[in-house]
Amino acid sequence: MDSTILAFLIQDGVTSGAIYALLGLSLVLVFAVTRVIFIPQGEFVAYGALTLAVLDVGRIPGTLPLLMGLGIAAFVFDLASFRQSFRPQHLITSALVNLVLPAIVYGLVVTVLPMQPGPIVRALLAILIIAPMGLYIYRVAFRPLANASVLVLLITSVGVHLAMMGLGLFAFGAEGLRAQPLMRGSFSLGFLPIPAQSLWIYGATIAAMVGLYIFFERTILGKALRATAVNRLGARLVGVRTNLTGGTAFVLASTIGAISGVLIAPITTIYYDTGFLIGLKGFVAAIIGGLSSFPVTAVAAIGVGLVEAFASFFASNFKEIIVFSLLIPVLIWRSLTTDPHEDE
Amino acid sequence: MTAPLLQLKDIRVSYGRAEVVHGISLEVASGSIVSVIGANGAGKTTLLNATMGVIPSSGTILYRGTPVPHSVEGRVQAGMCLVPERRELFTTMSVEDNLALGGFLRTADERRETLEDVYKRFPRLKERRTQIAGTLSGGERQMLALGRALMSRPKLLLLDEPSLGLAPKIVAEILGIVSELRSTGVSILLVEQNARAALEISDEAYLVELGEVRRSGKAAQMAADPELVESYLGGGH
Ligand SMILES: Nc1ncnc2c1ncn2[C@@H]1O[C@H](COP(=O)(O)OP(=O)(O)O)[C@@H](O)[C@H]1O
Ligand SMILES: [Mg+2]
Repeated sequence: MDSTILAFLIQDGVTSGAIYALLGLSLVLVFAVTRVIFIPQGEFVAYGALTLAVLDVGRIPGTLPLLMGLGIAAFVFDLASFRQSFRPQHLITSALVNLVLPAIVYGLVVTVLPMQPGPIVRALLAILIIAPMGLYIYRVAFRPLANASVLVLLITSVGVHLAMMGLGLFAFGAEGLRAQPLMRGSFSLGFLPIPAQSLWIYGATIAAMVGLYIFFERTILGKALRATAVNRLGARLVGVRTNLTGGTAFVLASTIGAISGVLIAPITTIYYDTGFLIGLKGFVAAIIGGLSSFPVTAVAAIGVGLVEAFASFFASNFKEIIVFSLLIPVLIWRSLTTDPHEDE
Repeated sequence: MTAPLLQLKDIRVSYGRAEVVHGISLEVASGSIVSVIGANGAGKTTLLNATMGVIPSSGTILYRGTPVPHSVEGRVQAGMCLVPERRELFTTMSVEDNLALGGFLRTADERRETLEDVYKRFPRLKERRTQIAGTLSGGERQMLALGRALMSRPKLLLLDEPSLGLAPKIVAEILGIVSELRSTGVSILLVEQNARAALEISDEAYLVELGEVRRSGKAAQMAADPELVESYLGGGH
């Protein structure tokens, strides 16, 4: 193996690793705040990627009506809960968030799309369509179960994953799609050409991590999310509503998923069911991080990306097996070092 | 006469099928300190948690004359604040972040102002503002729990054993602060095993035994009651 191939594999591994890092962080975040093991994380990636690919050819993606439908469903759930306690203010907020917001996104897409916007605008539209879905899915599937056990939440999570995959098939069909790159061409780093799209991926990943860092360290809402993760009862006692932190965590997750999808859409062909496998690799990283450590997860994700790149070069048939086998030593090590009576 | 700030009427609480609070009624007048004393296991913590809505209960809880909001968060918003027995601090976060979160429902300006007040009241918290809450000493944790509660600018503080596990000198300091709080217009429902210290700073007191109120009255009279002195205040002085 010469150094060009080596450099190429490293570059390839770091590129996918960056995406897995984003997804891993999102999984850690959702689990810490809501105790949900977020299996559908990958579906948001597929939705984001496929939405962008459809926008690229100037058509309205099926995820746009889906967004409206999810918003209406969330609104109906709110209406049902108003039977217990009703305040006009809550009805207005609910209508704004669940009905007006998707309507605005819809209006924006059908207005802007015929003007043949550039790739960056299309990418932003795709993110805008997918991001609010996290909130509605939280409202419909998870918020009613706020006090359920981790196992019940996990089963729900699998259900949501299957439902979203089915809806993905319905919205996009079984064909694979690939989007146009945000920017064409490549830069050369010494002898190694780095595609512009990879630079976008590095840049967006770093920007997202810095953004999350600032959110968690500097804003009171970010601190409230951390507080909820550290001590659920303590957070309620200072007036932090579980609905607020849960909804925020899910919106962050869907946004991160959509961003990841938009970033990888030009470099891989995505099918309605591709998201699951991508999400799982983020999951491997998150597990290595113990579903709690952001830095360990990020580093592990880069490792997963590298292992995957080298495995696909040397033993491409066993690529996935090799990646998921990484979990075995980690799980053994964890089971030996953690005290099972620690909590819960 | 205006309605009391807090009225509990016939509160009953069960864990599973075992009822441990059997219909307790009590009142906290605006601007007063009311203490609930009683032996370990009497149901004091249960009563306080039910008042805050942390655990479900039956009976009526009136706050400022109307039924309390249903949720814990709603009660915080209405001006109630519980300092729980186990403190429930955000142990991996800094002292200052813990305090900031206490003012979560407040505006950023109000938070900044109240933080200054809390630091004035607890200079030790200011010295340790960047320290991780989990590494504080017992007394400092208790101050942080009180400070975090004050950050919400409560009208009614529910304090569960603020002296628990603290050295006598620090107990005096903490209870001193509690009694000062009354002069700032905060009303306090205080649960204590340390009955003598509690009665000293209280206006009214309730003695709870096995989930029922056994005796109630002016704190000063309770402190002088021979039977009480015998069984709860550890005999003479
Ligand atoms: N989570 C619980 N589950 C079952 N029983 C409990 C629980 N918490 C407290 N108890 C019981 O309820 C009674 C009252 O306890 P508690 O309210 O903690 O008393 P106190 O605060 O006065 O010491 C005790 O008999 C205790 O064993
Ligand atoms: Mg107790």
